[in-house]
Amino acid sequence: MTDGFDDLRDLYQEVILDHGRRPRHAHKPENFDASAKGDNPMCGDRIEVWVKYAPDGTIGDAGFQARGCAISVASADLMAETVIGRSKADTKALFDAFREMARTGACPHCDAALAEPMERLEPLAGVHEYPSRVKCATLAWHALVAALEGGKEASSE
Amino acid sequence: MNVTTRPVLLDVARIREDFPILSQQVRGKPLVFLDSAASAQKPRVVIDAMREAMETQYANVHRGLHWMSERTTDAYEAARDAVASLLNARDRHEVVFTRNITESLNLMAHSYGRGVLKPGQAVVISGMEHHSNIVPWQLLRDERGIELRVAPITDAGELDMAGFEALLADGKVGLVSMTHMSNVLGTYTPAERIVQIAHAYGAKVLFDGAQAVVHRRVDVQALDCDFYAFTGHKLYGPTGIGVLWGRRELLDAMPPFLGGGEMISSVTYERSTWASVPHKFEAGTPPILEGIGLKAAIDYVQSIGYDAIAAHETALVDHALARIGAIEGVHILGRAQDRGGVVSFAVDRAHAHDVATLLDRQGIAVRAGHHCAEPLMHRFGLDSTARASFAVYTTREEIDFLADSLERVREFFK
Repeated sequence: MTDGFDDLRDLYQEVILDHGRRPRHAHKPENFDASAKGDNPMCGDRIEVWVKYAPDGTIGDAGFQARGCAISVASADLMAETVIGRSKADTKALFDAFREMARTGACPHCDAALAEPMERLEPLAGVHEYPSRVKCATLAWHALVAALEGGKEASSE
Repeated sequence: MNVTTRPVLLDVARIREDFPILSQQVRGKPLVFLDSAASAQKPRVVIDAMREAMETQYANVHRGLHWMSERTTDAYEAARDAVASLLNARDRHEVVFTRNITESLNLMAHSYGRGVLKPGQAVVISGMEHHSNIVPWQLLRDERGIELRVAPITDAGELDMAGFEALLADGKVGLVSMTHMSNVLGTYTPAERIVQIAHAYGAKVLFDGAQAVVHRRVDVQALDCDFYAFTGHKLYGPTGIGVLWGRRELLDAMPPFLGGGEMISSVTYERSTWASVPHKFEAGTPPILEGIGLKAAIDYVQSIGYDAIAAHETALVDHALARIGAIEGVHILGRAQDRGGVVSFAVDRAHAHDVATLLDRQGIAVRAGHHCAEPLMHRFGLDSTARASFAVYTTREEIDFLADSLERVREFFK
């Protein structure tokens, strides 16, 4: 069946539509150690991210509440799914890799340690063809990294 | 002139030939530009007027004693005459050029708000203003203790007239600053009635005509308003030029806005005196080429005629409301009786940005987001909408294509 949007399936892959519709981590944990808000004033997207650390310092739980498009919600959800169980340093490295993928569609500098998580985030690579939408995909990450660094606010501007 | 037999039909096919950009393709598809309320496309006469000015007669204005400067000054000042004619202003000196309507409104908040209004007085806006008619008054409020009051709107997206009048009852309101047509809802506010009520309570009235002047003839003398502001780029003119019209005696009583060249009569280190209006408000080298472009745009609009423009756009809006309103799961924001060429809508299960991206793939350009009117969005419990807006070059077929595409968007996000 063609609906005229066939070439958009790169951007709106089924996994994106699914996580955008039914996010698994869109909740505020009962206890959390860090949180930050993200704001994209140009398009009005807003997100709040909460992090609970495990005893070993890794991310034990992550949740979010987002007001935004399918891309931003799906990206936040895939992010939470991916970073749980990872250290702060790993998460920041993953953010750098993800941002590069969102902007360019690829991550040539990704080392083997990032291969598995990046595969999970790969459905979002399609945004690189839509420059105005890249910030939708990265907003949650900006907020997460701000929370990890003890900040309170982040902007994808 | 026999008005009743004058044709008000607009030859859209011929008009589209006047806009070079409309033959462009987007993503391999014909451009369907439904974002004119953000900024309109430019007819060739505007492009040519600005290019010709640069190629044949460009110099700075109002100061050169040479041929080029005199020609350029004449061309630039002709824009003032064109605006005076467009608005039916009594006096060309009542037309102040700014960089855009945001600057016009800030000029008002500064020179009228800080220079004429007194602490303890109030300014009234409405619940359907663009941020540019909210924030300057908040700054004034916080700095000068001038109260900001917001007139309520109804669920249909019209001004609540009783609520509006109640805000004026204590006689403290010095200025009503209100949109003449909402950029989100398309609602025309009842301008004559607003002026009558405001004047009865001793308040002056400023209209934000950024949208209204594009779609309908504005006669500031018939409206009996005190100030009227609009911007060039939504009226098929260039960016970088806006207008503030005001009654002469009110402009005379206002202190300057920006200081610099152009706006002075004499300068010493002890004291400077101001030029007369409008130059008192036009510090620095003005938007010369933009003025020349704006005149060409106004001439173009006048050549089509507001009767034809209004009839064309009313037909388009009616068609859009019928087609888009019939799509299940698509909700049109605002149901005002009197409305212009703007239709905002929300789609169930699809965020406005996603809707806009899908439409973009069809070559359709719409605006998506809060439209610089966040309080209005919240009034209707929304974060964002998509907005289609119409112009002289918009066709009925384009609206059909939008509606057909929206049905497919619904399928996509089902």
